[in-house]
This record gives sequence, C-alpha cells and structure tokens, in this order.
Amino acid sequence: MDNVTSHGSVAHGHAHGHDEDHHQDLGFWRKYVFSIDHKVIGIQYTITALLFLLFGFTLMMIMRWQLAYPGRPIPLIGQWLGQDRAPMGIMLPEFYNQLGAMHGTIMVFLGVVPLAVGGFGNFVMPLQIGAPDMAFPKLNMMSYWVYFIGGVTMLASFFAPGGAAQSGWTSYAPLAVIAQSGQTIWLVGMIFLITSSLLGSVNFIVTIVQLRARGLGWMRLPFFVWAQFVTAFLLLLAFPPLEAAGVLQLMDRVAGTSFFMPSGLVVSGKALTVAGGGNPVLWQHLFWFLAHPEVYVLILPAMGIVAEIIANNTRKPLWGYKALVYSVGFLGFMSFVVWAHHMFMTGMGTTMSAFFQTTTMIISIPSVVILTAMLLSLWGASIRFTTPMLFALAFLPMFGIGGLTGLPLGLAPSDIHLHDTYYVIGHFHYVVAPGTIFALFAGVYYWFPKATGKKMNDVLGAIHFWGSFICINIVFMPMFIQGLGGMNRRMYDGGMQYAHNATLLKWNVVIGIAAWALGLFQIPFIINFFASMKWGKAADRNPWEATTLEWLAPSPPGHGNFLTEPIVYRGPYEYSVPGAAKDFSPQFEPEKA
Amino acid sequence: MNIPYTVEERPDTGLTNGKLGIWLFLASEVMLFGALFSTYIILRMGAPEWPHGELNVTLGAINTVILISSSVTMVMAWASLKMNDFGKHRLFLAATLVLSAVFLVNKYFEYADHFARGEGPAHSTFLAIYFTLTGLHGLHILGGMIVMAYFLGPGAGLWKKNPEQFANRIEVTGLYWHFVDLVWIFLFPVLYLL
Repeated sequence: MDNVTSHGSVAHGHAHGHDEDHHQDLGFWRKYVFSIDHKVIGIQYTITALLFLLFGFTLMMIMRWQLAYPGRPIPLIGQWLGQDRAPMGIMLPEFYNQLGAMHGTIMVFLGVVPLAVGGFGNFVMPLQIGAPDMAFPKLNMMSYWVYFIGGVTMLASFFAPGGAAQSGWTSYAPLAVIAQSGQTIWLVGMIFLITSSLLGSVNFIVTIVQLRARGLGWMRLPFFVWAQFVTAFLLLLAFPPLEAAGVLQLMDRVAGTSFFMPSGLVVSGKALTVAGGGNPVLWQHLFWFLAHPEVYVLILPAMGIVAEIIANNTRKPLWGYKALVYSVGFLGFMSFVVWAHHMFMTGMGTTMSAFFQTTTMIISIPSVVILTAMLLSLWGASIRFTTPMLFALAFLPMFGIGGLTGLPLGLAPSDIHLHDTYYVIGHFHYVVAPGTIFALFAGVYYWFPKATGKKMNDVLGAIHFWGSFICINIVFMPMFIQGLGGMNRRMYDGGMQYAHNATLLKWNVVIGIAAWALGLFQIPFIINFFASMKWGKAADRNPWEATTLEWLAPSPPGHGNFLTEPIVYRGPYEYSVPGAAKDFSPQFEPEKA
Repeated sequence: MNIPYTVEERPDTGLTNGKLGIWLFLASEVMLFGALFSTYIILRMGAPEWPHGELNVTLGAINTVILISSSVTMVMAWASLKMNDFGKHRLFLAATLVLSAVFLVNKYFEYADHFARGEGPAHSTFLAIYFTLTGLHGLHILGGMIVMAYFLGPGAGLWKKNPEQFANRIEVTGLYWHFVDLVWIFLFPVLYLL
C-alpha cells in the first residue's frame, strides 16, 4: 500500500505540471468551442438557450397572427413559409399544430431549462461554492454538445416530410403514434435532450456535495445552490421515465409494437391494423411523471435567482433562510407524487383523484412558504431598484398569480370545467413566462458583470423591463377570461365555429398586438446585451456589494476561478450586520479579531 | 488546475467524486428500468391473457449463471488491484469481458430464433416488452464491454501513472456492472418464469 501511495503522489505532481503546460497552448477551438471550463460552457448554454427562446417566441408570434386574424395571409414572412405550410401566406391547420408543438418543446426543453440549469447553474453554482470547476469537466462539455445535437435535431424536424411534430409538447398517444415522421425526429431529439440533462444533473449533485469550499457547510449555501441541488435531483430521477416512454413510443412508431395503441382503434373511419393490447393512458402517466417535476425544474432555479437578488438589493438577510431550504427540499420530494392531477379527465376513480388532489394541495404549501419568505424579506428594507431587482420584484406577484390560478386546476371538480381551455395556458404561462423568464432576465442583468467585467445599461434595462411587464400581462391576463368562458386551446382558428366563443374571440386581437409589442420590447435587451460587452461600464469584482463567493473571483474569472483558495467564515446573506463597518459582510471575509 | 477528490476521499463525505457520480447515475437507471417494469405490470394487468413458455428457459438460466459469474470475476479484478497484482487483474477483467460476450451471443441465438419464426416485437404485447427490456439491457451490457475493453487496452496505462485512481475507476466500472447484472436478475424471472 505504501508503494502505491508514493507512486500516486509522484504521478500526481507530474500530471499537475503537464496540465499547466497544456493549459497555455489551448487553441481557439479548445478555449471557446470544445471548452471544459464551466464558465465557458455556462455562457454557451446561455447564448444557445436565449436564441432558442427567441425562436420559440417567434413561432408563437406567427401563431398569434393566425388566431387574431384567422385565414388572412401572414405579413412579412408569410410568402417564405412554403406551399405545404402556408399557401399564399395563409396558415394551414397542420402547420399551426407544428408551431404549437414546437413552441412548447422549444421553450421548455431547449430554452428555459438549459438557461436556468445549464446556463446559470453551470456558470454561477461552482463559483458560489468556491470550486475550481465542475466535478467532471469533460462530462460537462458533453452535456452541452448532446443538448446542442438534440436542439439541431428538433429544428431539423421542420424539414421532415409532413413537417415537425404536431401532437403538442405532450405527444399524447395514440395521435402521436400515427403522426407523420416529424414525431420520430422529435422522439430522437428528446432522447438526446434527456441524456444531456442526466449527465448534467449527476455533475451538479457531485459538484455541490464534493467541491464546497472549506467552511461552506450545508446551511451556509446560498439559496440558489440549494435550488440547483434539488433541481438536479428532479432531473436525475424524473427524466428516466420519460426516456423509457420515449423509447416505447419510438418502438410503437418504428418497430410496430403497441405499447400505447389499444386494440380496435378506428381512425378516420378505418380500423387501424396495429398489434393492439396497449394502453394510451400509460403514456400520460409516464409523461406526467416527468413533466410535473419538470414544472419545478422550471421554477426552482428561478426562485434561487430571485432570492439572491432580493437579499442583495434589500441589503438585509433573506427572511427565513432555513424555512426556504426545508421548503425547497419538501417541494422536490412532493413533486413526484402529484403528476396525475394533469389527468383528471382520463376517467380515473375517485380514490385516485382524491389522493392526487390532496398531494396537490399539500405541495402548494411549501411554494407559498417560499413566496411569502421572499415577500417578507422586502419588509422595512431600503430597496435598491436596480434592473435585476425590478425583474426579481415582478417575479413575486407574477409567480403568485400563476401559482394561485393553479389551485382550481388541482381540484377535479373545477378542473373538469377548465381542462384544456385557455385558462390552463394563462396559468402555466404566468408561472413560466413572467415568472421564470423574468427571473432569468434578472439573472442575466445580475451576473453579466461577473461574466464579462462590464455592467449592462440601466436605461435600456428599464425600457426592457417596463415594456415587457406591461405587454406580458396584456398577453396572459385575457386568457383567464377566455378560459373561464370555455374557449378551447389548440384550435387553429381560435374555435370560431363555437357559439360560446363569439364574445371571447375579440381578445385574440388584443393578445396578438400585445405579443408583437412584447417582441419589440426585447430589442433593447438584445442591443444592451451585445453593446454592454463592448461599451458597458467597467465592473470590479463586486459591483453589487454582495456577500456570496462568486464576487470574490475576478470579473471575469480566469481558468480555475479563484486566485487563492476561498475559505468561508459565515452564512450567505449577512447584510447590514449591526456593528459592522459596511452594510455587507461577505462570506469570504474573516471575522475581525 | 486540478479537481479535488478524484483520487482521495473528501473527509466529511467519505466519497470520491467518481463513486458518488456512479451511484447517482445508477439511481437514474433504477428509475429508467423501474418505469419499464411498471409498464410491464400495467400492460400485463390489462391484458386478457398472457403468453407462457414462449422463451427458452434453459438459455435464459445459462445466461443468468454467466452474468452472475461475470460479477464475481469483476470483483476479483478490482480486488487483485487492491492486492497490487496487475497481471491477475487483467486476467479477471478479460474473463469478465469474455463472459459478457458469451451472454450476448446467447442472446443473439434467442433473438434469431424468434425472428426466424416471424415473431418480432410487433407480434404481441409480451414480445414487445420482452424485446424492449432485453434490448435495452443488452445495450447496457455492450456499454460495459466497451468500458472494460478500454481498461484492458488504452486505459490500462493509468495503472503505471496513478494506481489508486485506476483502482477507483475499476471499482466504479464494477458498481455499474453489478447493476446491469442485478437488472437481469429481475428480468429473468419476470420474463422467463412468471
């Protein structure tokens, strides 16, 4: 054994020297493209995901034209869409369905999750725990590239014969099984994305458990790290069942099996020749077993970002840090036992629906605790209304609306009325769009100085914020009215043939105009993002006077992150400590004797 | 720059990064196969009748013995490293690789037999789940074989440079291999016997 150890340490020293030599002659490709540095990978994720968000939003802006003015040629781009999508610029129903399915898929799996977890998680989390990098840097690079391949696969499916997937982002069987070939490409793309998430989540958990700096105990972790930690567990354990479901649906489509195809299915008046004996509801169970935890994958990192920004800009400790930590853990656990509240309409028995209604009501408790703790943190604070803080503050009521409107959907009697209406769309978009995406914007403004060494412009930021905030509410608020009136989602003309929609359709014009205006208000952000990289005001290490570890590293941090090994002396949010010389006491500053 | 705890354990967690990583990966694998087993249960409970005796129990039993033996040789391959006997390690690792290859050859004969009778995955729900489960398990075997071949070939050089890290890698491979073995131990009775 002695022999082994001495052998090992010699080799260790050698490997070290080799590594440093190697580091200096990194070429362009290894440094910026196939990088194993968590910060570069985080920025790669961020930029790719922002582009996908823009693309997914563009799809929706096109759909909104069709809903506002059904049957009228799409202006500007209509003539370029092609005969099999929009002849004479007028959208075909099949193309509308493709846009709908791909909007959902792109926003969730290619936009928000990669930005919240791949982008912010990768860039910020190792810095906040004082680690030199992720635990498995090469695996990290692989996660990004597998995600990239999955994304390209999804985009390529638009050019498949018959177009992209058109069975909604939920891909319910049996429709998805008999859909055109775009669905097969969708499934292959999903398997890539799931693989990427799995690799990433293992990496995140190991990094948080193993690479915390000296002195950084569990109860000293910034809330953002806790949120990423729980999120990683959700990805790790909830995604494999969808992978299984994806494999099964692929078998149904390619190998002719009937996992989700019942016997005696009749489509368009003709009996399908399938092996039969399958169960279409099984797909829904497997799908929602992932997709409900996925909702928390979308929201938890956003809560983490908002917590950081609120603590920093209220100059006060977060209210109820421990309650926040326990709530986020409990939330993660409960998110695995609520999935069938998406399926009250499948004819499940009352015992089952009673169980899932109960768990759904229980899971709302930790969400409310988290939101309340953040709200109470504002009490009595002298708030700094910086651009990130504006977005973070808006998150609170927006997520509140999204969460509270979810309660009627979690109870079977009211869900039966609201199921599959625009109410549902309004509800989850309040959670994800003005909720999560606002938090993500807040994060971009907040950590931009760390990533680039430059601050973003506050005037452009304010235009971006107020424009987006007003427009996005005009987009989603009327959907509650439409939904309560019974207007069905997924109708390519808004459901013109139904009498009960007659008074509701006018809102589609309002929503459409607000959605396009919302698109215009993203332009200041895009300009700000690129212009600030070049002309932004220089930022030092700690431009926000914050307390967590990422502000100890240089802006931008070099390879290996910290100049000296960081040591943690206190909790994450020690702002305005009585008797301290300044109003923030960073985790990395030792107590004065 | 070096990532800490790749070779030595972190004192307060008692783990190396690799070992924690593989356990987490296996947890996700449990969920993957768990979902497929649940599918099996739901489809079987909903089926009016379920076929029996369609599979070759003898071959299945032989494969079970082969895979369990390969788990034993895998442990020996790791234990030999801990006893500083690299030659023995290579012998046991090669044996594991050969046993897993034999497993796949047997599987090939079973598959070929079904296809010869024109009974592919589309033939019945039972065969659909049979091919999906065993196919996915087969892919896991193949993945393990690639890793073992790597440690017999280009990856073996690490033993000279950093024996402890090499032993850790073999241990992690072993953990994965035991899991693949364990999945089969569930698959065999569920598909062949029940």
